[in-house]
Amino acid sequence: MLKDAAAIVGIAQTPFAKRLEPSEKALAAQVIVAALEDAGIAPSEVDGFASYTMESNDEVEIAKNVGAGDLTFFSQVGYGGGAGPACVGHLAMAVATGQCRVGVAWRSRKRGSGQRPWAGAAQASANALWTRPHGLLRPVDEVAMLTRRYMHEYGATREHLANVALAVRGMANRNPNAVMYEKELTRNDYMAARWISEPLCLFDNCLETDGALACVVVSAARARDLRQPPVYLHAFGQGLPAQSHTMVNYWCEDPLRGPAWACARQLFRHSDIRPEDVDVAQLYDAFTPLILLSLEGYGFCKRGEAPAFTEDGGLELGGRLPVNTSGGGLSEAYVHGFNLILEGVRQLRGTSTSQVKDAESCLVTGGEGVPTSALMLRR
Amino acid sequence: MAASESPLGPLLPPIDADSAPFFEGCRHGELRMQQCSATGRLIFPPRPMSPFAPHAAPRWTRVSGRGTVWSFVVPHPPLLPWYGERAPYNVVLVALDEDPTVRLAGNLVAGPGAALDSIDPATIRIGEPVRAIFEPLAGDVVVPRWVRDERRTPVGGG
Repeated sequence: MLKDAAAIVGIAQTPFAKRLEPSEKALAAQVIVAALEDAGIAPSEVDGFASYTMESNDEVEIAKNVGAGDLTFFSQVGYGGGAGPACVGHLAMAVATGQCRVGVAWRSRKRGSGQRPWAGAAQASANALWTRPHGLLRPVDEVAMLTRRYMHEYGATREHLANVALAVRGMANRNPNAVMYEKELTRNDYMAARWISEPLCLFDNCLETDGALACVVVSAARARDLRQPPVYLHAFGQGLPAQSHTMVNYWCEDPLRGPAWACARQLFRHSDIRPEDVDVAQLYDAFTPLILLSLEGYGFCKRGEAPAFTEDGGLELGGRLPVNTSGGGLSEAYVHGFNLILEGVRQLRGTSTSQVKDAESCLVTGGEGVPTSALMLRR
Repeated sequence: MAASESPLGPLLPPIDADSAPFFEGCRHGELRMQQCSATGRLIFPPRPMSPFAPHAAPRWTRVSGRGTVWSFVVPHPPLLPWYGERAPYNVVLVALDEDPTVRLAGNLVAGPGAALDSIDPATIRIGEPVRAIFEPLAGDVVVPRWVRDERRTPVGGG
């Protein structure tokens, strides 16, 4: 049983910016060493690594740089933004089963200064054979398709998407490390913004950021003797539902019932913490509508009720469920969601800049719409 | 935007053994779909094995090319150059009459030879009936595009 058997005991991140000078490799090595220092563990003790298949640095290079010991567990998780919680979850499983003792998960990405992944292609990828040639080119177009249908079925409006964007920006405005720390966003700004893919506008889209982050996972027994208060990995789930297609999940019975639903079923099968008990959530937010879909998928409300859930400050501090309290991908940094994991840890250490009082549990999710993953954290 | 390797052309579909019969059908002006030879259910995207009956090889069948708009988007720049020159244009997702869980992406256009942006996006409605026409994308690649099927009445949402 995974329940509370492992804990996150160290975290670190670089500054977040549109452009950082060091290479992705240098940034990764720096944050891994810093996360180990936060934990009070020597790099030579590291024997496990996990990251994303989209990460440009492999374990061989990272281990050589940071001075890791002999590795006995290394794992990479696919599907971009769906991978973050699974990197930590795989380390937790490895620690709980004795396959490694000190695991480090990381993500280093220069998405701000680098090329947009969808640009520069002459041929659509095999996954996008049926959509991109017709001009459904970017992830935002693919998500906008689901969003328009969601609005049609449930009466959601741009006001609800604005509720998400404004709530998360408010969090960033209290977080000096957020890219959008000093940039306030008003409802008028949102409504007047240029379209990216109707019905989604500029402020429905995440940032483009350079940055790197890491966290350290050890057993619960080891965690009790370390420098930081342990944040326990209470439950973990992954989800790739039947007949699902990555990003363009258009060829199944119900495209609005995405991977989050399958992931949530697994997560809550092993969680003593129910959706109604969750104090704060970090929901993957490459686009605002993913938060609406995730609120429903993870059981915070019923199908079609997410728009109302966002009303009257529902996602803000003091609301029904404060979300993305560091500013998330929309307003802190877009680093494939790894910042959501670190913010979950800070909430349970009591060190968030938008601290939920006495928070005891935090859900962290990967991207909805791709094969995904989620973690239930507790202190 | 970063330089594209094909600055003047659209993105080409990477046609493989699974999808070649679909595009062959398009060249003949037919919408062809894979069908499970045991259950008769349509299979999309095409693949070597039927998920409904693993020992029944999928076969190819012609469908009507009629459907309804399930959803649509209107992309704006930044886009790849060929698409940016045509933006804002629409992309519709069409639920096929034969099986509404098969939803084909394409462009709603005014008629044969019409441009991607030949329909005012403000007039597109979820549920409106459409039918396939077949248009060259680039070289010998032919794809379905969609025109309004005015003889039929809209449905509530496909």
